[in-house]
Amino acid sequence: MNALAESPRAVGGRAPDVFARGAWQPMREHDDDDAVDFAIVGAGAGGATLACALARKHFSVVCFDAGPYWRPLEDFASDETEQQKLYWTDERISGGDDPIALGGNNSGRGVGGSTVHFSMISLRWRPEWFRSRTLLGHGFDWPITYDEIAPYYRAAERALSVAGPVRYPWGPPRGAYPYRPHPMNAPALLLARGAEALGVRWAPTPLATVSAPHGKSPPCVYRGFCNFGCSTNAKQSALVVWAHQAVAAGAEIRDLAMVGRIETDRVGERVTGVHYHRAGRWRFQRAKNVVVAGYAIETPRLLLNSATARHPQGLANRSGLVGTHLTTHAGPGVWATFEEEVRWNKGPPNMAVCEHWNYCDEGKDFHGGYAFMSQGPLPRAWAQVVATARGLWGEALRAAMRDYNHNAGYVPVAEVESRPENRVELADEVDALGLRIPRVTFGYSDNDRRLQRHALQFMAEMLEVAGGRDLWTSDDTSHLLGTCRMGGDPQTSVVDSDGRSWELGNLWICDGSLFVGSGAVNPSLTIQALALRMADRIEALAAQRAL
Amino acid sequence: MAEGGEVVRNDRYDVLAKWSTPSFDALTRSVISRRLGAPPPRRFFSATEFAVLEAACARLLATPRGRPPIASAIDDDLHAGRGEGFRRPDTPPLGATWRTGLEGLDAEARRRHAGCGFAALDGSAQNALLHAVQVGDVDPSRFGALGPRRFFSEVLLKAVAAHYYSRPEAWNEIGFGGPASPRGYVRIGLDQRDPWEAPFAPAARGKP
Repeated sequence: MNALAESPRAVGGRAPDVFARGAWQPMREHDDDDAVDFAIVGAGAGGATLACALARKHFSVVCFDAGPYWRPLEDFASDETEQQKLYWTDERISGGDDPIALGGNNSGRGVGGSTVHFSMISLRWRPEWFRSRTLLGHGFDWPITYDEIAPYYRAAERALSVAGPVRYPWGPPRGAYPYRPHPMNAPALLLARGAEALGVRWAPTPLATVSAPHGKSPPCVYRGFCNFGCSTNAKQSALVVWAHQAVAAGAEIRDLAMVGRIETDRVGERVTGVHYHRAGRWRFQRAKNVVVAGYAIETPRLLLNSATARHPQGLANRSGLVGTHLTTHAGPGVWATFEEEVRWNKGPPNMAVCEHWNYCDEGKDFHGGYAFMSQGPLPRAWAQVVATARGLWGEALRAAMRDYNHNAGYVPVAEVESRPENRVELADEVDALGLRIPRVTFGYSDNDRRLQRHALQFMAEMLEVAGGRDLWTSDDTSHLLGTCRMGGDPQTSVVDSDGRSWELGNLWICDGSLFVGSGAVNPSLTIQALALRMADRIEALAAQRAL
Repeated sequence: MAEGGEVVRNDRYDVLAKWSTPSFDALTRSVISRRLGAPPPRRFFSATEFAVLEAACARLLATPRGRPPIASAIDDDLHAGRGEGFRRPDTPPLGATWRTGLEGLDAEARRRHAGCGFAALDGSAQNALLHAVQVGDVDPSRFGALGPRRFFSEVLLKAVAAHYYSRPEAWNEIGFGGPASPRGYVRIGLDQRDPWEAPFAPAARGKP
């Protein structure tokens, strides 16, 4: 990582202007001793969104991120290897029967979090998933309903200028997406061809990259490096959308600032601020409220690392649930070779989606659902899949890779049961700052495996009817969810439906940790919708003097 | 083009022909120049470990030894502490895992070949040994807690494949369009290509 990227940029009353090389935007700053209304830990889909929404409501906000504050136009190369700098690669232990690959797969380091390199898939949840136990007979009910979150889905879709179809074929009517759909690339057309042949519906994926100019974002040019950072700012990441607007609205964002511990008052009833490491030293920011938005590993890690004599199990953890019920999305891939030239590196990687098995409950030997999308891996990532999933090397690897422009495949976002034994704990080992590192334990249930078998079978059939041959499969996961679940009962949840800790009234959580179940679509839109809703709830509680 | 880079040119397509076009921005050019320039010095592995790795890379990629300098790139990652950021319980940090695995491979070579180390074996003996590690047909105790099969797949092969396919000569081989900022692409449908893409799929598609 270059030296520039490793010294804080958002200092001296200004933050990087993400829309221009070398440019700045003015930023309000706070003293460490100034007890701000909200200290937010993490500037990703949860934290940056909430920071923006709260700043617009005139709360004072400092939002911390452990990583750099990028200017995409000058910092993002068109290169997979160089762009590994976008990932959270601090050491973690990952074990259990089915250890989750962490790092690049499902994390971000930097303002904007993993939305800086996400696939931009912006899907709503199936409404029934919020009442899964009651309506579908498995999993858990959320403390909020689809109807409560729907206006915030709409608000998030508008804020991100989501490009999608006029009529999305699944779920409740939602009107046209704010921006017209992108033209589908070759792998997406092959998904559509397969779906038509099998008689299931397909759709252009609603994507958070603009199909027409929006503000200072130019339309997407289909360069295809989306998973390695968008160098043109077409992508509507939390960096480009929320962080930029948060600073404009009066929030302070502190980059390269790692929060290591949340402080509590003497009696252990309120949190008082955060200890953070920036520019080589530990500092303490006073705050009236602390929001943890570090995603489903770093959020429980911080709560557990903040244990005190009065909170020996860690903060917000009287129930013992912090870190438990870790869930993810299974992503077993099916791949094939086609006669036609596909050239799947062009365009966003997932331009078509099939949610058939999210909305059809018949003919399943499992609970839950899955969506699947067309794919477009770049050579480095693709070579790793080919080499590790097929065990190919030498001439065999070189030969298989020469099919690159003729390959296509599908990968699902497949529901994974939320179970207490899958969890995040602290290892004994410490990192360079002396903070105990996370230990992740994960394994699939029998239901998870049946679901994935079904997905593989169906996707393989669809690839074949589309003209694919020489099929093979791979294994992966995506997204990290559920380690600080929300709920209606302090015994069975960590926070209430507003994201507020049951145990400490001024400690909040706002990220994928809140998820009560995994659902089976990419989580970022739901995380942003929850953050927007949380801001409205905080405003209402403040008006009632109930903060 | 940077001096010192060894580019294996594909006579039908050279992704670097776009070097001065709107497909390559300045940052991308500097990143790729660095990759194609003089290999970084060996700073992490011992000379013996490095020789084993370099020999293994040549077999895993079916390329001449040291060309392209994949072992140097891996050494550079480990020296800089760049890794994937996770490891299995009971396994040491990435650097130690690499050392153990390469030592295991070398020890297995000496055991099978009357004291001859891996780097000095001929290609077919090296291939046989790598295959044995890949399928776990070796003394597992020499490969630490990770074991031979996982070392081979999750550490060695994964890194070697990643570094090779990060290089323009590999992009030429597979017809990858390469960097595309800010120009991007216009024709993205089936059997469509822009004039700045590889003119057609490489002739040598498919099985060797």
